[in-house]
Amino acid sequence: MASLKELSAIPEVLAPGHRLCAGCGAPIVVRQITRAAQGPLVVTNATGCLEVSTTVYPYTSWNTPWIHNAFENAAATASGVEAAYQALKRRGKLDKDVKFVVFGGDGGTYDIGFQSLSGAMERNHNLVYVCYDNGAYMNTGIQRSSATPKGADTTTSPVGKLSYGKRENRKDLTLIMAAHNIPYAAQVSPAHWNDLYQKAEKAFAAGGAAFINALAPCPRGWRHDSKDTIAICRLAVDTCFWPLYEVVEGKTRVTYKPREKKPVTEFLKAQGRFRHLFQPGNEAILEEIQKEVDRRWEELLALEEISNRQGETA
Amino acid sequence: MASEKKQVAMTGNEAVANAIRQINPDVMAAYPITPQTDIVQFYSTFAANGLVDTQMVTVESEHSAMSATVGASAAGSRAMTATSSQGLALMHEILHIASGFRLPIAMPVVNRAVSAPINIHCDHSDTMAALTTGWIQLYGESAQEAYDNMIQAVKIAEDPRVRLPVMVCYDGFITSHAVENLVLVPDDAVKAFVGEYKSEYGLFDFEKPITFGPLVLPDYFSELKAQQSDAMLAAKEVILEVAEEYEKISGRKYGYFEAYKLDDAERVIVVLSSAAGTTKAVVDELRAAGEKVGLLKPRVLRPFPAEELVKALSGAKVVAVMDRAETFSTQGGQLFAEIRSAFYEASKKPLIKNYIFGLGGRDTTTSDIRKVYEELKKDQERGSVDRKVTHLDVRV
Repeated sequence: MASLKELSAIPEVLAPGHRLCAGCGAPIVVRQITRAAQGPLVVTNATGCLEVSTTVYPYTSWNTPWIHNAFENAAATASGVEAAYQALKRRGKLDKDVKFVVFGGDGGTYDIGFQSLSGAMERNHNLVYVCYDNGAYMNTGIQRSSATPKGADTTTSPVGKLSYGKRENRKDLTLIMAAHNIPYAAQVSPAHWNDLYQKAEKAFAAGGAAFINALAPCPRGWRHDSKDTIAICRLAVDTCFWPLYEVVEGKTRVTYKPREKKPVTEFLKAQGRFRHLFQPGNEAILEEIQKEVDRRWEELLALEEISNRQGETA
Repeated sequence: MASEKKQVAMTGNEAVANAIRQINPDVMAAYPITPQTDIVQFYSTFAANGLVDTQMVTVESEHSAMSATVGASAAGSRAMTATSSQGLALMHEILHIASGFRLPIAMPVVNRAVSAPINIHCDHSDTMAALTTGWIQLYGESAQEAYDNMIQAVKIAEDPRVRLPVMVCYDGFITSHAVENLVLVPDDAVKAFVGEYKSEYGLFDFEKPITFGPLVLPDYFSELKAQQSDAMLAAKEVILEVAEEYEKISGRKYGYFEAYKLDDAERVIVVLSSAAGTTKAVVDELRAAGEKVGLLKPRVLRPFPAEELVKALSGAKVVAVMDRAETFSTQGGQLFAEIRSAFYEASKKPLIKNYIFGLGGRDTTTSDIRKVYEELKKDQERGSVDRKVTHLDVRV
């Protein structure tokens, strides 16, 4: 494992001066993940904040080949890029070893890009798909997605006289991707940089399709100070709202277990999008949210237990 | 030279799959849709037996087929896919991106009606809806023409003056599934004709990394679209150059359109693709009876060869433009609208009318075409057309 000092010496593919907001989780995720590629890297980007803020023509923040096609097709686009690489390599027209990474927000990944992603994972293209999950369509102005947590106030699940925000639980995309039985799937948080970097290295070395779901706070949509991004990421992990784990060849391993599991309200109360849940009358909603977090955490631990038992009998 | 070549019997799809086999692109995205499916089936078999070494991407939709093709082409490889109807409609968004990226993708489109009601047979509603996507469109009457257009499409698309994607359109089932006699160009001649693809800009240049598909705001957007339009105009010249070069290896002539007994024709039908074959039979028959009738079969709709079409039709007295797709403008089909508009500045204009025909695979027979020529004769005698737009052979 490289030290922070060593990591910071690796040349970056995302140059400073891009137009993402202060405190945005996306560029932190991008910089941490791309460092692990260690060599020629082609980036595919779905439409979203990251794309519009880093490539305002005639400028670009990317020091490496980069392609943006449309919103819902980043995985399919990267499939084509990777197929071209295989073909050109086989035909002796390219001698470099190249790695491929895709970045999409949760709208472009959980929702509109879901089919394209599922197809690319099933075909087992040698690429790493990274979802920077900020839990809503932030680029268009904070609309709910299937990654938006229950109870969040967004512009299409607004709080009102008859509404406490989003009514539905979020989709568990990481487990859905693991269910594709791809070589590598993981969930990461920028606050745990060491864990994140190791997972990114494994993903790039997986030799096939890899999926990483990265928590990426949005100060604007989550309504928190830009200085609190990393602290909130840590709370997400310590409350088990966002567990850190990996599924390698079907085996689940929880890579970080908080010594003391904090109540989910610690994560929620740090953000303005959940402020209304702490008004009198919404206690039951908070309880439901806590129950769902607990259920998913227990399920994850059970999956790990099954994997461990399989390991013993093997 | 052409006479020495052996005739083969093939369906249109088999012929086009063989053209792609001879081209042997780097990447092929494959997804089934009737009546295109054969192409990707034939091609997968070629790949499975080592006749080609193309990297196949068996995508999960046409949207992903075009998306993967765009990715592969932007990466600097020669990339293709094929589709029909709903598939082309599903790709629609990415068709604009392929042309906006100036990617030289050549794609067979086997024409089929767009739903609803769902129908698997031929009309041109799929490719007519794609006329504004920035793709070059070539139409072929027969398996031979579909094959010839496929090979030429690669060379047109990749010309540095053009760098635009090309659709190779031909009629579903009528051409795609009927077995015809045709002559293939030898494999090595096709290989030499299309040459090695060397992209000027690709994603594997790490010394000069490229950002493909940035956000372009009002300060530059118009210039990029104007350049795209200039490229489409440049394609006019390139299409003829490529045709001339192709004639050298095939013995077959191609242009913007085929003029069939048009020189002294007074009554002319303009029609695309397979229906032109039926029309030729009627023209021959009526010519034998001394009627001055002719046919113009467009091959290139994008770029639209307006001046050349006007010149070719200016000797006619009455023209029936036949469209195999509705536009619901209530003012006729797309081909009709464009040809009629092209005559706006012309000093000498024929009477022009429109027939909408053959929708959802409705057979258009020689008696239908004969009826059109009879109506044109009446229009000519009257000095005006009876109706601007007629749905041919439709029960009322």
